[in-house]
Amino acid sequence: MTSLLNPNRPPAFCPGCAHERVVATLDRALTELGLTATEVVLVSDIGCSGLFDTFFQTHALHGLHGRALTYATGLKLARPELTVIVTMGDGGLGIGGAHVLSTCRRNIDLTLLVLNNFNYGMTGGQCSSTTPREAQVESGFLNRLEAPLDICRVAAAAGAGFAARVSGYDPLLSERMQQAIRHDGFALVDIWGICPGRYGKRNPISPGSINAAMDRLPDLTDTLAANARDEYGRAYREEAAKLVAPAPPALIEARFPPPQGGRREILLLGSAGQRIITAGEILCLAAATAGLHATQKNDYPITVMRGHSVSEVVCSDRPIDYTGIDRPNLVVALAQEGVARKAGIFRELGPDTVILKARDVSLPDTSGTILELDFKALGIRSQDRALAALGELADRRLVLTRDMLGAALQLRFSGRLLDAALKQLEAGGNSPAVVG
Amino acid sequence: MALTLIDGNEAIAWGALAAGCRFFAGYPITPATTIYNAMLRLLPPSGGVCLQGEDEIASIGFCLGASMAGFKVMTATSGPGISLYSEQISFAIGSEIPIVIVDVQRLGPSTGSATKGADGDIQFLRWGNSGGLPVIVLAPVDARDCFELTMAAFNLAEAYRCPVFLASNKELSMTRETLDWAALVRPRVLDRRPPATTGPDRPYLPFEPEGDSLVPPFLPIGAGRPVRQTSSTHGADGFITTDPKRIAANQERLRRKLESAVAEFSYYSELPAVAADTLVISYGVSARAARAAVLQEQRAGRAVALLVLKTLWPVPEQLIRERARGCRRVLVVEMNLGQYVREVQRLLPDREITLIGRMDGELIRPAQIREGIAHD
Repeated sequence: MTSLLNPNRPPAFCPGCAHERVVATLDRALTELGLTATEVVLVSDIGCSGLFDTFFQTHALHGLHGRALTYATGLKLARPELTVIVTMGDGGLGIGGAHVLSTCRRNIDLTLLVLNNFNYGMTGGQCSSTTPREAQVESGFLNRLEAPLDICRVAAAAGAGFAARVSGYDPLLSERMQQAIRHDGFALVDIWGICPGRYGKRNPISPGSINAAMDRLPDLTDTLAANARDEYGRAYREEAAKLVAPAPPALIEARFPPPQGGRREILLLGSAGQRIITAGEILCLAAATAGLHATQKNDYPITVMRGHSVSEVVCSDRPIDYTGIDRPNLVVALAQEGVARKAGIFRELGPDTVILKARDVSLPDTSGTILELDFKALGIRSQDRALAALGELADRRLVLTRDMLGAALQLRFSGRLLDAALKQLEAGGNSPAVVG
Repeated sequence: MALTLIDGNEAIAWGALAAGCRFFAGYPITPATTIYNAMLRLLPPSGGVCLQGEDEIASIGFCLGASMAGFKVMTATSGPGISLYSEQISFAIGSEIPIVIVDVQRLGPSTGSATKGADGDIQFLRWGNSGGLPVIVLAPVDARDCFELTMAAFNLAEAYRCPVFLASNKELSMTRETLDWAALVRPRVLDRRPPATTGPDRPYLPFEPEGDSLVPPFLPIGAGRPVRQTSSTHGADGFITTDPKRIAANQERLRRKLESAVAEFSYYSELPAVAADTLVISYGVSARAARAAVLQEQRAGRAVALLVLKTLWPVPEQLIRERARGCRRVLVVEMNLGQYVREVQRLLPDREITLIGRMDGELIRPAQIREGIAHD
């Protein structure tokens, strides 16, 4: 067995530091498992545990504080064949808590070694997420106000299948590490040790007191066993293998002559649920069937099925620069919410702008040419108004034609939805709008 | 001509796929979420990986890990997410990890407005890292750029071993437009270069460039010999160094590898004019209004030219100086209260520089730009 320790960089911790024992034990565990330098990556966090990678001659990634598990996750998914070991202190555990929880939930095949010495050693001995309330640390009284974390219990609650507390002085430490590495899923080893430079100076702590404290914590065997499930990466690849790659975006050939040339600006004003955005998309697709360029810019609140829904569509026989609408050629007003959203624009309109409005919608003062549709009398439901309005525009050859609209519906819908849309269009065609 | 109807975010996703992206991770945020949605449809069926992180910090962390494993990676967010990415961005810069980061900008500051556009992150993208080293930022104008510049961003990330930002905008991401799919220009796809001189008997030095190059060759973690990566101040071997000379040389190399190369990737478009006395400079979605305005002014007989910058950082100084030659005044059109205009002022201190800005979630209108041009 060949040691994976870096012969040029012997461990350099404070005299008596538990970390040094863990470095040697990790080397023994890795070599006993028969792993070679290029089969292992050590991902280390910040603090004294962040020195671990430099003492080994394996692959190494030393990143930001608390984020070691994030790099390890990306690495493992990209290269499942690697054995990925993460070293982190009790500091990293606190600052990276969200990542610890999520890694437990994901159950990706990583091994997290927590170098738990109950304080921030490198920055001078401040309290961490595992500092006992009675401890004397550099954070004054603050640790007396916070409950220390039993990370194994947290991990078990978060779905980890393997979580083990072990003393850094335990002769079984290497065996525990090997179990964790062999575990097919996420494994956390909470390794308790003494920080002689900071914590040990002011607090009575010994291998014996560590054992006694550990013995007082609850056994987690049943919870961990109940968490057993598929390893994330393998399950991911199995799910992915069932998927079919989507086809590239559909191409629309120009087949029809457009009813007008130049730039046309269309403002669709409605409310959520009226399929305003879909109508705008259909308008763009219809434009493309006539070889026109089109843009569609939408405005709606974050709520679904409530509030305004506005779509601004520009069609042009030239590439479109500005996508906004300052003076529309056409306004379709189907609900009061949409009209209220763009109330300021009506005053600017002249008779050359056609406004197709629903009878139950009232408009601000305007000089636009108004056409009115009585959707209620026609028995057209609120969610069908937008499509019916497009049919009306097509009949009048405003912006689009019946051919263009039919082709756009074929592009947008299929099956039952397409049949319903075509049928609705048919029905709407018998009830033209009247001048309002 | 066959058109397709696509929004900017979908175009970015297809561009990423065409560039060889194999790994995406993101956290949902309007108006960037639909990039994540699209990548989730595109990547897993083609052997790639798409993940949703528990937060933005995790999402970019996943990407950095996968990039170190040799994958081409991308993440996408908006301004609030860029804030959370910041520390990881610094890591990617200092430790030379290729990654494409899309910022679909929305109106800030802070939570701001999820569905309103802005170009308010332009200086933030440049300076939002600890250490202040340069980054590459590309700015698309339309759906076509969203595709083509995403491909360019991947190539640059690979060629220069660095993060590359795509500074998009809600007005591109949530605007659909027709696009001539067959006319898209697909550049040759570049891959990060492995070392030429490393043999089995010679250790790989992850931060030592070869020959005249300023960019170190790349071996992935998992390669046949050990690879080191570190966020600490390091020497060529990837171990911590405290030697001021080595530190200074490396910082200078990181600065020069991008700033000295910007002429290689200064993307732009323009509307030149004979004997122009006025130059309009714009970028992003506002460049569309600027183009409409300048075309109208040119038709009206005014000697005004337009320069649309698609590479914002490093500042394409040579290009800006050349296009401004002979111009008495320069108008900078941008969807904020004045960010990039500072760079133009720095480069052209003897010209009359005017900002045409707006930061209320609405597009700058061509009429506003024409007024600026006319107001002489």
